[in-house]
Amino acid sequence: MNAPYSSRRRKWLSWSLLMLVAIVFPFVATPLLLDLSCQVFLTAIGALSLMVLTGYAGQISLGHAGLLAAGAFTVGILSKELMAPFWITLPVAVVVGAILGFIFGLPSLRLRGAYLAISTLALHFVVIYGGSEYETKRGLSSGIIVDPPTMFGVSVYDGRAWFFILLFCSLLTYLAFANLLAARTGRAWGALQTNAAVAEALGINIARYKLLAFVITSAVTAFAGALFAYYRGFVSVEAFSLYLSIQYVAMIIVGGMGSLLGALLGALFVTILPYVIEASLLLLPFSENSAGATFAVNYAAFGIVMILFLVFEPNGVVGIWRRLVAAYRRARQP
Amino acid sequence: MQLAVNIVVLASIYAMISCGYVLIYRVSRVLNLAHGELMMLGSYLLLTVASGISTNPIVALSLAGLLSLTVGVLVYVALIRRMTGESALAAILVTIALGILLRGLMVLLWSAQLQYPGQALALSNAPIEIFPGTRISTFALTTVLVNVVTYIALFVFLRFSSWGIRMRAAGQNPLLAAQRGINLHAIYALAWGLSTFTGATVGILISIDSGLDSTMAMIGLKAFPAALVGGLDSLLGALLGSLIVAAAEVATIQHVDPLLSDVVPFLILIVMLIVRPWGVFGTREELDRV
Repeated sequence: MNAPYSSRRRKWLSWSLLMLVAIVFPFVATPLLLDLSCQVFLTAIGALSLMVLTGYAGQISLGHAGLLAAGAFTVGILSKELMAPFWITLPVAVVVGAILGFIFGLPSLRLRGAYLAISTLALHFVVIYGGSEYETKRGLSSGIIVDPPTMFGVSVYDGRAWFFILLFCSLLTYLAFANLLAARTGRAWGALQTNAAVAEALGINIARYKLLAFVITSAVTAFAGALFAYYRGFVSVEAFSLYLSIQYVAMIIVGGMGSLLGALLGALFVTILPYVIEASLLLLPFSENSAGATFAVNYAAFGIVMILFLVFEPNGVVGIWRRLVAAYRRARQP
Repeated sequence: MQLAVNIVVLASIYAMISCGYVLIYRVSRVLNLAHGELMMLGSYLLLTVASGISTNPIVALSLAGLLSLTVGVLVYVALIRRMTGESALAAILVTIALGILLRGLMVLLWSAQLQYPGQALALSNAPIEIFPGTRISTFALTTVLVNVVTYIALFVFLRFSSWGIRMRAAGQNPLLAAQRGINLHAIYALAWGLSTFTGATVGILISIDSGLDSTMAMIGLKAFPAALVGGLDSLLGALLGSLIVAAAEVATIQHVDPLLSDVVPFLILIVMLIVRPWGVFGTREELDRV
């Protein structure tokens, strides 16, 4: 009787400790750390939805940046043209994301694997074109400025407020997805990913669940894009290049396919890596001329990390962790 | 008339690039999304050869071509070979990763500035008047001619040479081909080498014609729809697809909106994927369909 009680207490203790850290952290952190953690939370929302789409429903997408852009541009355009407040722009962004997800998902009914990846890649360029067309037609070639959202008469631009908002949103996303995956929908996706023919024989409507996966994850991704627009206060197509899509794919590879925790770890890793690289480049003796080279080093580092994980550890960080735990357990046994 | 010439030049560029996609896909069923970066690498290799070894155009060009061929073989041996037996998706992701790795390395080694390998080799790129009022630059014309030669050479190679026949066999049925004693890894390595070689050739020609910077990788990506429209496992299809995509793109620049022209290849790609995903001349049953 004693063991389960103590383990439950330990769990409870660690959760409240975590909560305490989350509450205290924004008041002691430097602005850079605060910004970094906000970015991690934002990225985590997008990474979680890509993980659900690819890691659980088995549908690849190389158009994730396009969906983020769609959310961000919905906010940008609505607040620029109609002065719409956030409680209008955010739901509209979600709806736009869902519609785009439906369109992104249509090819998946006929295609899979490489061909599906290519079709999402093509759609990415189409969405980005829509954004840049708006920018040029309205003479906003450098981007759209988005005012901070006003909540209860107070405009939110404080980093600490954003920390709690984004933490809340990413936690909510995590819990919602965890719930969805444990429910009928998640199990249908799992069956779909393992064997589509068997899933169909079990009475799962394949077309419906595939489209559902695209619609739900795209809506969440567009929501992340919309939050990004408010957080940054600025929307521009430059921010949503193909490289961003690749970064999201890198997150789920590095984190470990088929694990929500992996998506979080991947988001953390991919967000932090550029800062680590920048800091370590500054330590090098020839740092004067390396300022422009930082992004090139980033590209190269991402390429290497992705290749290493794909070739040597396809299950990502979570896979390594599980192996370590298993080895530890084996070692403890007499 | 000028419009027709522009279309033929762009179509030749796309055709030269897309035959690289087709070669690799036809033989090994791998989509190489690093093709644009590999063709960029060829041009930078030329730049290095020109500045370090020889400015004699013939020596420099053939050396750069040879180096590109080696790079292609090395990519297969060091990287893609390890992905044998993994899902098609993992292989694509590896080529994407390779692409951004190469892009980063190229900027580090050669900077992101616009550079002119033509000047380094002291080649002049004078416009030639082929019809009254219709001009074409020397190297654009060269691109068209090289494209014709390349396709004829590839057709002859694949149809009549023993290595070409082995390549087709490996593409049709790897298991049977291996049973008949064909060294699959050698075939795949050869396909990667040839693909990188043709890609680097057109990359070099583009860079001599209009300069070299990181936008070239985007040209490589825009050529992918051309390969797919014709059918990813058909060389003839690549030729036709390039013509369709180039015509649509040039017409859009001329009549609609230059900004839209960058997206036109991808719009065509989406339409093709909906209507006829296996392409005009592609093999239907080979397609990875649901």
